[in-house]
Amino acid sequence: MKKIKNNKTRLSILIMVGPTALWLILFLLIPMIYVVYISFCTRGTFGGVENVLTLDSYRKIFSSLYMSVTLKSLVMAFETCAICLVIAYPFAWFLSKLPKNVSSFLQLLIMLPFWVNGLLRLNGWSNILRDSGLLNTVLINLGIISSPLKIMYTDGAVLLGMVYCFFPFMVLPLQTSISKLDQSLIEASMDLGATKRRTFMRVVLPQTLPGIFAGTIQVFIPSLGAFFVADVMGGGSSVYLGNIIQEQFLKARNWPLGAAFSVLLIIFTLVVLKFYSKVGSLDDLA
Amino acid sequence: MEDKKPIIQLCGISKTFDGTEVLSPMNLNVYEGEFLTLLGPSGCGKTTTLRIIAGFETPTQGRVFLEGNDVTDLQPYRRNVNTVFQSYALFPHMNVYDNVAFGLVEKRMKKPEIKEKVTAMLQMVQLGKMENRKPSQLSGGQKQRVAIARALANNPKVLLLDEPLGALDLKLRKQMQLELKALQKNLGITFIYVTHDQEEALTMSDRIVVMKGGRLEQVGTPKEIYEHPATKFVADFIGESNIFESSVVSEEDGMLTLMMENGHVKATGKNFKTDEIVYLCVRPENVFLSETPVEGFTLKGFVKDHIYVGSNVKTVVELPNGNLLRINMHPMSKLAETGSLVSIYWDPAKAVVIHTKEDSMYDAIEDAVLKD
Repeated sequence: MKKIKNNKTRLSILIMVGPTALWLILFLLIPMIYVVYISFCTRGTFGGVENVLTLDSYRKIFSSLYMSVTLKSLVMAFETCAICLVIAYPFAWFLSKLPKNVSSFLQLLIMLPFWVNGLLRLNGWSNILRDSGLLNTVLINLGIISSPLKIMYTDGAVLLGMVYCFFPFMVLPLQTSISKLDQSLIEASMDLGATKRRTFMRVVLPQTLPGIFAGTIQVFIPSLGAFFVADVMGGGSSVYLGNIIQEQFLKARNWPLGAAFSVLLIIFTLVVLKFYSKVGSLDDLA
Repeated sequence: MEDKKPIIQLCGISKTFDGTEVLSPMNLNVYEGEFLTLLGPSGCGKTTTLRIIAGFETPTQGRVFLEGNDVTDLQPYRRNVNTVFQSYALFPHMNVYDNVAFGLVEKRMKKPEIKEKVTAMLQMVQLGKMENRKPSQLSGGQKQRVAIARALANNPKVLLLDEPLGALDLKLRKQMQLELKALQKNLGITFIYVTHDQEEALTMSDRIVVMKGGRLEQVGTPKEIYEHPATKFVADFIGESNIFESSVVSEEDGMLTLMMENGHVKATGKNFKTDEIVYLCVRPENVFLSETPVEGFTLKGFVKDHIYVGSNVKTVVELPNGNLLRINMHPMSKLAETGSLVSIYWDPAKAVVIHTKEDSMYDAIEDAVLKD
């Protein structure tokens, strides 16, 4: 009797989880393993790979040229996170204090632009910021500046694009965390003699830390690998990890090196997630 | 209260939320060292009053004085009062020690002094060995104790308690009531306690403030409030009462003869007009039954039921007009047979007569407010 029941539950689990598991194995796990494998192969003469195992690609990664790109990407990802956090925290606070229907509407407004392809939206920015763009035209016509400001195709423009693209990923977990915050804790803190600033440091910040971590990770990981932002906003002048991977696969036809950089990116991601699972709760990522 | 020195004075405070008045202008003095309870059903404004004293709400009108100083516009962290919250509001990311030390750290006390104080506080609430526990590892009663220790560690002039025992089970509640009362007596700190539990209020308080619909109904000692309720609401809300409408027949030296629908009765009271319609309130424990009529009483009824509840027997008598009269009797007393016709009487001194006018006026105002 018990065995039949066991078989039944096993079958139902298989039916429920099976398709997803199969999908993940076919389209995520196997390709990943393949990427790792390629990264140890030799570059083919006319693109592709030859099945000769070598550590050449990894040696290249640690050359000073590529290391500086990696470092630059990490710095850019950190900067993106920091700016997103500083803007998003007060905004999320404001959102969580609004009536439910108003805050849902504002959330919708944040998400709405993301129904349009990211490339198109970034091109919109380019139209505003480029030398003959909207901003410069207006400023020149107003007589505030005499020659156009150089904004596009700088690292600053890339940073702007990054912050713009990943801002919602910071707001949403922060808002969840802040709206979970028990109001009576703030009152208790003030009651015990803590000023508003001290209350923020001693009670609010520690209590919303899970949201800060979740948001930081959701911004950090994609901004480390995003190549299209650097492409559109930075032109050819700025190269980041994402651009290298894209170029090695599509232009330079050095698949092993591209794969090795991909592995590097995956390792960064895993390290960040590991760190996060230590200090926060993975549930807040959802 | 021998020396009546007000520590908190509420002068004409009122509070309006979104156009709805939750607190009508009221005056209240709280005296040093007393245990004052704000008692009333939910929505009566008792918690709002407490929050105004704590500084979490600003009164729409009126001023709040603490030791004679106007604190109406002071932030909570500038007032020397502390609160024990209904939900405890312990900081989940801090252990018991850090929770209790919170206010002391804000005062920039030195570490050894903090340690000394926190240890003393935790010993006082019998949680000496719990220092390193997180709030999530504590039971409801323990959380309550930590919240009290955390508030008292700051040596507040007044401790505000917002239904602190609401979440505890009955037995623990009764125990904590006695402990809190003892604590207050030992420390000599003024406690302002908010509850909707009339029994709790009677057990613990030096004075009770009964509130209803944002108004003060009556302020007095538990004995005054129980034995001489000023309004029908107070008579009904505090303890059990038999309340009947009746009219005044005559008054002689404070002795009233009243006519109820089914007979004449006696009670005490002054300043009533002949033929005035009044509420007559008699506590169940003050009503007696007799086989023969008692002088001054012509009220009779049929014994309907005896309900044994352990410490006493609740007898229900049905009056000829269908109204029910509840009586508490000693379990050893001889019980009248169910269905028999009995005479009803009481000590006139224990029957309270209340004007109907004020009540109907209150109700009319309340109706008007509700309609808005």
